[in-house]
Amino acid sequence: MSAPMVKAERVQKSFGRLHVLKGVSLEVAPGEVVCMIGPSGSGKSTFLRCINHLEKIDAGRLWVDGELVGYRQVGDKLYEQRDADICRDRAEIGMVFQRFNLFGHMTALENVIEAPVHVKKVRKREAGEQARALLARVGLADKVDSYPAQLSGGQQQRVAIARALAMKPKLMLFDEPTSALDPELVGEVLDVMKGLALDFKTTMIVVTHEMGFAREAADRVLMMDDGRIIEEGTPQHFFDDPREERTKQFLSAIL
Amino acid sequence: MATDTAEPAPEEIQAIPLRHRGRWVAVAILVFVGIALGNSVASNSRFQWGIIRHYLFDDRILRGVVVTIELTVAAMAIGIALGVVLAVMRLSPNPIIASVSWVYIWFVRGVPVLVQILLLYNIAALYPRFSLGIPFGPTFAHFSSSALITPFVAGMLALGLNEGAYMAEIVRAGIVSVSEGQTQAAQSLGMTRLLTMRRIVLPQAMRVIIPPTGNETISMLKTTSLVSVIAVTDLLYSVEIIYARTYQTIPLLIVASLWYLIVTSVLSFGQYYVERYYARGSSRELPDTPLQRLRRNLRIRHEYS
Repeated sequence: MSAPMVKAERVQKSFGRLHVLKGVSLEVAPGEVVCMIGPSGSGKSTFLRCINHLEKIDAGRLWVDGELVGYRQVGDKLYEQRDADICRDRAEIGMVFQRFNLFGHMTALENVIEAPVHVKKVRKREAGEQARALLARVGLADKVDSYPAQLSGGQQQRVAIARALAMKPKLMLFDEPTSALDPELVGEVLDVMKGLALDFKTTMIVVTHEMGFAREAADRVLMMDDGRIIEEGTPQHFFDDPREERTKQFLSAIL
Repeated sequence: MATDTAEPAPEEIQAIPLRHRGRWVAVAILVFVGIALGNSVASNSRFQWGIIRHYLFDDRILRGVVVTIELTVAAMAIGIALGVVLAVMRLSPNPIIASVSWVYIWFVRGVPVLVQILLLYNIAALYPRFSLGIPFGPTFAHFSSSALITPFVAGMLALGLNEGAYMAEIVRAGIVSVSEGQTQAAQSLGMTRLLTMRRIVLPQAMRVIIPPTGNETISMLKTTSLVSVIAVTDLLYSVEIIYARTYQTIPLLIVASLWYLIVTSVLSFGQYYVERYYARGSSRELPDTPLQRLRRNLRIRHEYS
């Protein structure tokens, strides 16, 4: 087995007195698609945000592609990373948010080329061609010049996926990408994500409650509850005979 | 689509518009008051319209208008630049940087701007000379304060430094109005804090920042008249110089008023277009320009008559 893309060792995180992550350990192999399920407040989103250092972890260790997240280790001392290094690491991890978070003052195309042009210093024309191809891939070739406010939720989320992909990330994080969508728009976003998982073998960690997506695209499903991973297995395992009582309860509520 | 030949289209509504009698009465009263007021102004010889016409485009007055506009532009430029810096400082996670900004705003907002103008004008009493050099080390050049701080420079600096404090609050409100998700999305793409501020947050904050800034600019145009106390030949001081000699106080003050009105009108018009520019992306369609609105109104009138 190759070196893990993401490795977490007893990761802990608190917000004030609220203990959100109580020791999460996990390995994700390159090309693997992992779905995280669990009730709200169980720490799924927080864990995802720790992976690209949008949140600082309090204890434990977290590596992406063999490198410590947010710190530099010399001997047995940890040094905080400089902002520039944190940004460089983040640029290699794509993230898709529940509320899309498209840049409102920019068209779909401008959203997609923003980071390649200003972070990676790709030439604008080159970035534009690549962005058009990406937007075509998510089925939005005709919406290139639309502003986010002119797009439906599903279309916005697909632009957001294209925006993340434009940085050619080695890892994609999805934070409940379909939770804010009308039911009939969920499918178009999931289709794009399935394509990423099955055709492009992108390493993906997806926080979702879409068990249908998990069954078709995920290699592994993790159940989180109260800041811990309480059960993990293949999607089939979760459908056929979940072990934990809490998991059974949760699945019967969402299925 | 199911709407083909089978069914004829429903009949269009051709209703008689509702008459608003109360409004017509109100309009009639207003028109009457307007005509009466206009008549009294036009027929009152003490307004001395001839003198107003004579001085309206007088060279000295026009030069005063130019100075007023220069002062406004320079002071607003200083104010906006300073305001952005102070706002970003105030939102800094470092408490010392944030409180320096707070103290500056506290001082400048707490002292009347007229006092600040006079203080800066008399700065030579406190610091007779300015030196360029390394603090506590060698100096390279000296300037005498009175040569460096001309009345115009003193007025410009005082107004600009003062404006910075107000702009800081306006810019801060704008920055805070941009949702946190925008910053997170930018950060997740690897954008640095500065790049995020410049490319993502500030452009979207502009929608909130522009209207009060337009207000501030118009207010600044009029506040510049305070520099007449330190003998800067702005619009107000230029008319004061003339009427001190001719005693035609009222007509000359009307000349000044007319010019202030003209320039504020132009500024308001400009503000509308700047706002429209920054509204892109925030709504599905851009609002009409005043001309488009006028044309649409006329068309509706025409169709109804």
